[in-house]
Amino acid sequence: MAHFVRRKRLNRVALTLAFAAMLFGMFWLAWILWETLRLGFESLSLSFITENMPPPNEPLGAGGLANAIWGSLTMVALATFIGAPVGILSGIYLAEYDPRGWLAVTVRFVNDLLLSAPSIIIGLFVYAVMVVRMRQFSGWAGAVALALIVIPVVIRTTENMLALIPAGLREAAYALGTPKWKVILRITLAAARAGVLTGVLLAVARISGETAPLLFTALNNQFWSTGLSGPTANLPVTILQFAMSPYENWQHLAWGGVFLITLIVLGLNVLARTLSRKFSS
Amino acid sequence: MRGYFARFVGDGVPTPIIRVPKTRGNIPPTAVMDGGPLFPVMSTAMSVSAARRGPLLPNALADRLFGGVARAAALLTLASLLGIILSLVIGAWPAIRAFGPGFLTHNAWDPVREDFGGLVMIYGTLMTSAIALLIATPVSFGIALFLTELAPAWLKRPLGTAIELLAAVPSIVYGMWGLMVFGPVLARYVQQPLQALFAGTPVLGALVSGPPVGIGILSAGIILSIMIIPFIASVMRDVFEVTPPLLKESAYGLGATTWEVVWRIVLPYTKTGVLGGIMLGLGRALGETMAVTFVIGNMNQLGSPSLFEAANSITSALANEFAEAAPGLHQASLIYLGLVLFLITFTVLVFSRLLLLGLQRNEGRRT
Repeated sequence: MAHFVRRKRLNRVALTLAFAAMLFGMFWLAWILWETLRLGFESLSLSFITENMPPPNEPLGAGGLANAIWGSLTMVALATFIGAPVGILSGIYLAEYDPRGWLAVTVRFVNDLLLSAPSIIIGLFVYAVMVVRMRQFSGWAGAVALALIVIPVVIRTTENMLALIPAGLREAAYALGTPKWKVILRITLAAARAGVLTGVLLAVARISGETAPLLFTALNNQFWSTGLSGPTANLPVTILQFAMSPYENWQHLAWGGVFLITLIVLGLNVLARTLSRKFSS
Repeated sequence: MRGYFARFVGDGVPTPIIRVPKTRGNIPPTAVMDGGPLFPVMSTAMSVSAARRGPLLPNALADRLFGGVARAAALLTLASLLGIILSLVIGAWPAIRAFGPGFLTHNAWDPVREDFGGLVMIYGTLMTSAIALLIATPVSFGIALFLTELAPAWLKRPLGTAIELLAAVPSIVYGMWGLMVFGPVLARYVQQPLQALFAGTPVLGALVSGPPVGIGILSAGIILSIMIIPFIASVMRDVFEVTPPLLKESAYGLGATTWEVVWRIVLPYTKTGVLGGIMLGLGRALGETMAVTFVIGNMNQLGSPSLFEAANSITSALANEFAEAAPGLHQASLIYLGLVLFLITFTVLVFSRLLLLGLQRNEGRRT
């Protein structure tokens, strides 16, 4: 009987600890989001999105991050336009052409590694390939570095979503004499489009907050950049620079930037989840 | 049940469905409709394909073109991995030639005298990741246990999503929060009391010595642990869920408690997957840049074993110095560090993938 009581007690202790672990996880999420909202909301104003970065030691509320927001937007957009088609095409290869062949198996494995590889290494790679060749930091290099992060995310989701399409759909199209490229583009990809879009959204969410690959590619810029051929202002690196600075107005603006990035990234994630739930039901 | 019927059909006993037309005296018109046009349909199909023989060639060409482009896109992934390795080796070559493998254990970082060694950064990376794993593994196990065995069905999805959102929060947000909010709290409510408590104790006293300012190895490790919890927890949850219900129900039927079922049935059954998840988390922790750069303190020193001391990691050294490093030995040494980081992470991730792949093969259906 004592044995039974001890087992029951152990069970209760273990389950309480599991509950505590869950609370532990929720606690951090709540704390981080709360502080981001509280401190970030204070520094938002109209000038935040309309004015360029101020010099240090200006009064609070002067200046904004308009140039950084614009630079980030253009680089993220460009990276998505480069990375998403390549990712979708590779995903198509993995799912539709010889999914068990050596190339598909290898690519799948390597892609999983790239998905979790340190993003700062991507920055080093693009630095060696582009920045050294062009002899200057540039927004183009930043966009390429971000595109290299987009590709693995899109490959993974595209392949998974195409694999969910029932074989009967493909066979029906083939039976009507449709060529393979048309079957893929018009039948399977069209049927999986919500899922593929989810992957692209997740990739955009991922690169919106990426800082490490931009450090040695796009660098940063205090001023409005008209093109992408020189160092380009961007939100994440600006946040890093401003947060580490001793100037109060810069730190204030960094919180505003953190608020904006969190809002965008979590918003995109929620949107992607809603889409994929609609797709799977 | 299907097998039961199939056995009779397989024995050659004609099923009633097949016999129906035969027992009717005359063949019903529908049967004629079904069977009759069979040949005409075939012939129209043939004539259509004959008529299409002209435009069929562009289609074949388009097929080959599309397949080729898709294949090229897939090959690009392999090319980028090779490109990364090659560019790191080439970039690090001057430092590899100058310092050799001794670089890994050499404690120096002097850009003026061009004397470089990676020991401080490698120590910082390994130590912060170890602290992160130490905290994140039991917590993730608890979360996975809660999500699979305890949470009511209606709570599973929202709670799972919330934990996954922890992974979606950008690392720069963790860094900023860690520096401005978490660091001071840690210093005031954890580090100072710990120092007061262990002031004279031999080993623990040394571990908690140093300035209690909330910046250093400990705070970097704690923040890394929060960041990798979602990765480990979601892998654990996924593998726990594939444990056959029959196994668990048998144990419950013998009177096992929930804890005993998880500890003695589910965990042994899924241990490969659990280990794979932990390795995935380790890979993430090793390569994390921004959060660590914010809170580790960026000091190239290895004076004391204290966990409170400011230190440096491979990623934060790269983040802080690379853009301003002079081309030459300084830059090459930083790339050498990057190469070391890449090889460590790569090994850990390969190990993780192989463990998880093995589980999938046993499972046979998960993709």
